[in-house]
Amino acid sequence: MCILTRMSIGHTLLGLLESGPRHGYDLKRAFDERFGHDRPLHYGQVYSTMSRLLKHGLVEVEAIEPGEGPERKRYAITEAGVTDVARWLATPEKPEPYLQSTLYTKVVLALLTRRDAADILDVQRAEHLRLMRDLTERKRTGDLADQLICDHALFHLEADLRWLELTAARLDRLAREVSA
Amino acid sequence: MRPGDSPRGVRRSRIQDLAMGVRFAVTGGREAWVRTLLTAVGVGLGVALLLLTAALPHALTQRHDRERARNDMTYTSLAEHRAEDTLLIATVDTTYRDQEVRGRLLQPEGRRPPLPPGVGRLPGRGTMVASPALRRLLAAPEGRLLSERLPYRVTGTIGQDGLVGPDDLAYYAGTTGLAVSAGAGAGQTVRVERIHAFGSVDQGGTTDPVLVLLVLIVFVALLMPVGVFIAAAVRFGGDRRDRRLAALRLLGADAATTRRVAAGEALAGALCGLAVGAVLFAAGRVLAGRISFYRVSVFPDDLMPAPALTALVAVAVPAASVAVTLLALRGVVIEPLGVVRATRPPRRRLWWRLLLPLGGIALLYPMIGQGPDHGDFNQALVVGGTVLLLMGVTALLPWIVEAAVARLGTGAPSWQLAVRRLQLNSGTAARTVNGIAVAVAGAIALHMLFAGVDGSYTRSSGNDLSRAQMEVYLPAADSPAEAARRLTAGDAAARATPLSVGVLGERAREPRRFLELTVGTCDALREVARVPACRDGDVFAVQDRSYDDDTLRTAKPGRVVYVDPGSAGSAGLAVAWRLPSGLKKAHTRADPSGYARGGVLVTPAALPAAAARALTGRVYVSLDRSVPDAPEIVRNTVAAVDPLADAREYVTHTESARYSSVRTGVFVGSCCVLLLIGASLLVSQLEQLRERRKLLSTLVAFGTRRSTLSLSVLWQTALPVGLGLGLACVVGLTLGAVLLRMVGATVTVDWADVAAMTGVSAAVVLLVTALSLPALVRMMRPEGLRTE
Amino acid sequence: MTAAEPLLTADGLCKSYGSTPALDGADFSIRPGEVVAVMGPSGSGKSTLLHCLAGIVVPDAGTITYRGDELSAMNDARRSALRRSDFGFVFQFGQLVPELTCAENVALPLRLGGTSRKEAARAALEWLRRLEVDDVAAQRPGAISGGQGQRVAVARALVTAPRVLFADEPTGALDSLNGERVMQLLTAAARDTDAAVVLVTHEARVAAYSDREVVVRDGRARDTARAA
Ligand SMILES: Nc1ncnc2c1ncn2[C@@H]1O[C@H](COP(=O)(O)OP(=O)(O)O)[C@@H](O)[C@H]1O
Ligand SMILES: [Mg+2]
Repeated sequence: MCILTRMSIGHTLLGLLESGPRHGYDLKRAFDERFGHDRPLHYGQVYSTMSRLLKHGLVEVEAIEPGEGPERKRYAITEAGVTDVARWLATPEKPEPYLQSTLYTKVVLALLTRRDAADILDVQRAEHLRLMRDLTERKRTGDLADQLICDHALFHLEADLRWLELTAARLDRLAREVSA
Repeated sequence: MRPGDSPRGVRRSRIQDLAMGVRFAVTGGREAWVRTLLTAVGVGLGVALLLLTAALPHALTQRHDRERARNDMTYTSLAEHRAEDTLLIATVDTTYRDQEVRGRLLQPEGRRPPLPPGVGRLPGRGTMVASPALRRLLAAPEGRLLSERLPYRVTGTIGQDGLVGPDDLAYYAGTTGLAVSAGAGAGQTVRVERIHAFGSVDQGGTTDPVLVLLVLIVFVALLMPVGVFIAAAVRFGGDRRDRRLAALRLLGADAATTRRVAAGEALAGALCGLAVGAVLFAAGRVLAGRISFYRVSVFPDDLMPAPALTALVAVAVPAASVAVTLLALRGVVIEPLGVVRATRPPRRRLWWRLLLPLGGIALLYPMIGQGPDHGDFNQALVVGGTVLLLMGVTALLPWIVEAAVARLGTGAPSWQLAVRRLQLNSGTAARTVNGIAVAVAGAIALHMLFAGVDGSYTRSSGNDLSRAQMEVYLPAADSPAEAARRLTAGDAAARATPLSVGVLGERAREPRRFLELTVGTCDALREVARVPACRDGDVFAVQDRSYDDDTLRTAKPGRVVYVDPGSAGSAGLAVAWRLPSGLKKAHTRADPSGYARGGVLVTPAALPAAAARALTGRVYVSLDRSVPDAPEIVRNTVAAVDPLADAREYVTHTESARYSSVRTGVFVGSCCVLLLIGASLLVSQLEQLRERRKLLSTLVAFGTRRSTLSLSVLWQTALPVGLGLGLACVVGLTLGAVLLRMVGATVTVDWADVAAMTGVSAAVVLLVTALSLPALVRMMRPEGLRTE
Repeated sequence: MTAAEPLLTADGLCKSYGSTPALDGADFSIRPGEVVAVMGPSGSGKSTLLHCLAGIVVPDAGTITYRGDELSAMNDARRSALRRSDFGFVFQFGQLVPELTCAENVALPLRLGGTSRKEAARAALEWLRRLEVDDVAAQRPGAISGGQGQRVAVARALVTAPRVLFADEPTGALDSLNGERVMQLLTAAARDTDAAVVLVTHEARVAAYSDREVVVRDGRARDTARAA
């Protein structure tokens, strides 16, 4: 599960820099600590992103420590970078209507082929619940950040489950319309 | 009020608020009209009782007037001489089982005899006109013995004008052969008079102030609980009403508006109650003609509420209901999101509550010792003081319940549930118990008062029931022996002792000394005096009767005395008789009626023949109790001997008639009031249970025993009732003591009476709890767990 | 856990209210320490199933076996006694006795079972502490929040150390935060005391606290774990 898109990784790193200049590996550690629960950043990702930001003039290299490798660079945010972070934070995310397209297709196909569509829904519900159960268990053992992130996922899954319930309740009607 | 509103607009909107309340009460769904119905029935019962009270004065006067109109032996109606418009009339009242039958024999002496009220034509010889109740009785199988006693054909019915109540047993029979009685024999009750009119101008006799006091207290003690009951009825279903008003607040009504809407609802309930009360009263009026309470029946026409009192009821009841509602709302903040009750209402204050009973005592205290000998009591002070004292109960009880419950510890869960509930909301409990407490306090005071004045109104009769159980009076002196013979020949009487009695004077006219004259066989004389040796022909003088100087001074051997001496009004027979020289001495002994006679005792052979007409007969009868209806058979037997005969059953006690009728009223009233209050207790109990349906189901889910919940319901009623009864006893005894001091009687407490009184109310509580148990069981079903 | 014998089983339960069938052949079983969610749309018969399992309602047909005894054959008094000693209950709302303080409410089931007042009060306080509401012990239910009230109710349900805890929409009247907290505390406490939990809910997030779910649809219970 990817929590942040590529685009927003840049903004996130910029935001981390706002509190003060950091080395590249510092940035990676700070990012992983807070946002990288599911998938930590690769070093390569950090450097490609930083070079992109450098190109756009959003960061600058403040100092290069003695030693080898690019990881010795210390990055600082520029005025333009600060403005960019502010703009990003102020812009609402585009709501993504997540169509249950695959599942919907399965249900319709089952109805068309006279299979038990309710079974599909039930199996899916069990699967959803299994996942929710895992998340809930993780919440129990994790810290606050874990809990918030898991909750986010849980609410989404719950929404899916509601759709499953609703569809299950309307299967008869759907069957009639599909076969009509 | 918005600044732009004209006063008229404001007034109109206020009236609209009221109207909205009225509409809610009637059309606000099932719940609303059930509440209105409950209130209406409750208020209706109270109003009916109030109307009945308002009708009593008129009913009593009407009865009194008709009673007076049919009076026949009064000073103003007596005639000296036979004339065209005179009538001979004989009183032949009798008793049938335990009912009194008023009987008169009529014999016109001319062509224009007076007619008794309610009678169109005088009955001819051998026929009678009878009251409807008597006609029914005679026609029914249970009247068979009575119809044997009244050998007259019924030819007419006595109209309402001639009857006191619809259940009166009365008849007028036509006869011939009556003669105005010559003698005035001692204790003679059967009289024949010559009259020219019926009715008396005024019966005379002032009302005893003590009796007036009793009546006043009875009214106050019975009406106060009715008032308390009405106040409780107005608040039936108050919690749900509050919730409805909260919904109104949500729609934007302000607090004043909700109050007015509540007032409108109360008004609607009270108005419906007035209507229900009027209907109940009308129905009760019709019923009153059909049934009789303790032998008192009333004509429906007589029950006309006094217009002024009716108007007072019609205005006061709705006004009071609105006032009570507004007062009750004072402690409740109806917030938009539900009804918020201050979790802990402010502690009740004691001092003003004490003012009421103390004020009552202060009003009554100055009248202490005024007594029956020192004139009338100030009625306003009596009523005011009593009302204040009894109101003190309603004011003190909430405080006492609160204070007592706050100190109660925890016990078993049932106890804990009840106590905690009372701690949180003791007002409701106190309110429902108030009625019972006031009723009991009043009743205790009344009972004390009655017991205290008992001595002067109830007397031991002195009758010796072991020697005889009946006494027969016969107007003619020659009939007692015949009556006794027939009685002993029949099987109702085990023994019959005949005597004749008369009066002796030392002069033929207007004697100054009177001596009793008793004639009988030696055996018979031994029933009424201690007679030594006796043979027929002996004459005795009773020596040792106290206060009887006349016998000692007059009954001397050889002295001439006069049997039935003349008096200012009548000539008398004045038969001269010389007392024999062999006059013996006898000693006094109480006769079976308890009377110890003096005078002269004569065996039949010693009495001059001419004197016999001046005597009247007396037969002491010992009944054979194994014979059913023995007293009735005795009465029939003697009636056959002489229709003017009268037979009286001995009793151990006699009561003043008026006194016993007041007491009857108290009994009837207490019954009505306790039933009424029991009903209101039941209603509030059921209401509470319905409110707690969900909670009860939950507790049952937890495995709470039904007995635990039932017990907690019982405690919840029993605790405040117990406290209420305690307070009622204190106030009742205080009031009783003050009232007794007022009439100058010694203050004694009949604890058995108090116990009985409180016991009856406790029984009402148990009954109410028992009646609410089915509802409790229903509420405990799992259906209550459902979330709507 | 799977090896353990079922604690409570129901077979072919049927129950109708008038002509409405609320349960129509429902099966159910739960093992000690297990948390089973009963899910399904509203009106599907979840509460009726719970009431039958707890012996509050007698089914028209079917058997319920609790630890080898047939519950459906017991009389009302025995079932009541069983509910006092072995079962605990949490409902959606309206379950605390408004006149009693929270501590007294929690102590009530113990007192009904005959525990001494002191001992009951001690246990009540202990449970209030475990559910983090010991600060409202002396308050009445009217003066505390819904979440606190529900925690008090959970404490009351668990104070008798029941073998089965029946919870009917325990978070139904709460917001998500309070609901989460109540569920966390409830499941934690049940796990500590090894109580089985029958958790009726229509919310997936609440059901996610269970070990397994049973779906009731049209009066039939369907154990998805078994079906899978
Ligand atoms: N006491 C009752 N009387 C009548 N019908 C009832 C009663 N209890 C439940 N029902 C009906 O039985 C069905 C199942 O109810 P319930 O078990 O409460 O469902 P759920 O808890 O799943 O919402 C519903 O149709 C409901 O109306
Ligand atoms: Mg339900």
